Amino acid sequence: MGHSHGLSVEDQRKEDIKIGVKGFWILLIVTFAEVGIALFLKDILPDAVVRLSMITLSLYKAYYIVSIFMHLGAEVGGMATTVIFPMTLLIWGVIAFLWEGDYARQNRNYVKDARPGAEAPAKEVSKKTSMLSNDELSRELSFQ
Amino acid sequence: MATDTVHEIENEIGMEELWDGGDSPFRSEYGKLMMWYFLLSDAFTFAGFLIAYGSLRFSMDAWPIPDHVFSTAPFGIEGAPLIFVTFMTFVLIVSSVTVLRAVQEGKLENVHGVVKWMFLTIIGGGMFLGCQAWEWTNLIVAEGVTIYNNPFSSALDNGEYITLAEAKKLNPNLEEKTMMISIHTDAGHGEEALPYLYDAANDQKYFEKFDHHYFTRHEGKATETLVQSKKKNTFEIGDPYLIAYHDGEYFPGAYKTAGTLLVEEMGPTAFGTLFFFITGFHGFHVLSGLIILLVIALNSWSGFYRVRNNGHLMVEKVGLYWHFVDLVWVFVFLAFYLL
Repeated sequence: MGHSHGLSVEDQRKEDIKIGVKGFWILLIVTFAEVGIALFLKDILPDAVVRLSMITLSLYKAYYIVSIFMHLGAEVGGMATTVIFPMTLLIWGVIAFLWEGDYARQNRNYVKDARPGAEAPAKEVSKKTSMLSNDELSRELSFQ
Repeated sequence: MATDTVHEIENEIGMEELWDGGDSPFRSEYGKLMMWYFLLSDAFTFAGFLIAYGSLRFSMDAWPIPDHVFSTAPFGIEGAPLIFVTFMTFVLIVSSVTVLRAVQEGKLENVHGVVKWMFLTIIGGGMFLGCQAWEWTNLIVAEGVTIYNNPFSSALDNGEYITLAEAKKLNPNLEEKTMMISIHTDAGHGEEALPYLYDAANDQKYFEKFDHHYFTRHEGKATETLVQSKKKNTFEIGDPYLIAYHDGEYFPGAYKTAGTLLVEEMGPTAFGTLFFFITGFHGFHVLSGLIILLVIALNSWSGFYRVRNNGHLMVEKVGLYWHFVDLVWVFVFLAFYLL
């Protein structure tokens, strides 16, 4: 109900249409910008820049939908806080679980041989070669 | 309506009468508030799925390149990365704007406007679901991605694609063989002999690298044509690749790294599982949203909400739900198609 007061129905409708059309173009242009980055700038720009700009644009879209379309920006501050504040937990969630996933990747096949005089485990190259020494690999592939 | 001013309408809604405990702190109706808290909990459910996706993806050396996986569209369009999903996103944005218009007309107590915009939203949502059905069918039937299989991956090693002749030089013990495979093209149905090298000691077949589009795109020309036409026949970490898939069978491609002949492996199974589960869960939200929209639109049409004279609050609530479906798509789109 947070619309401007004292407007006639016709004027209010004009305002409403303006909000809808503006939102449509903003969401469309941001989406096209994201796809454009994915299609044309991935090879040119550094990976981190590409990913960060995509994430930033998506967050902007999310902010726009929640604030303008879902009207949360016009609600009472306390009510908006009860919805937004719990979401900050996800900042921890994303960082912690991506961190853990990366740890799993780096240590996927790393089993340390603790016996005295044991060699350090071979550095992983690929799934295929990770369990095999180079000698075993060529034998398995029946070379020479 | 007594007068034409929104101010008058707001007085008619009589929010104070609903609240019996003095000044309403959130100045929001109970059902609308509860819709917000439902959406908050739903956001955590989706966040949980997407974080699981991110965590599993970070735990893999290789992950499919979206530009390569999602490069087909209906009417035989191929090699057009992200075009179809951009169209799907466009449809969802339009339906989000139409539901916004329905909510706005509801506040003006314009039953005709509410019903019109809600039915346009339903059409948009139906189109989105139809697109998703096509995308799923294409991924499962044509590309061979299921919850158990994922032929897409990105290369693990710096390596070079090699021809069968080069592979034969690397390992003279390999036997030259051919396999008859069935081909379906616009011209009709036929059989083609596909050459490969057989490693008897390990019961391993080596094929030249090509992707399944070969079968539909090149209309039965010999495999070498495709390999020669590809200017770039080396790949680096992060490059897309696809193990050939046809008639339910996978053909490993051969590549060379550090002087040894290797076989390309299938990509992580988790890709298909996560894709179908998360887009499916989103699609389920779209479907249930469509049903709710239909019920509310019919109620509104009957004049049910006009009698309540509270600015079509039910339309506003279903509008919140529909915007949320669009909001979730922003992040599904980011995770699966962009990054």
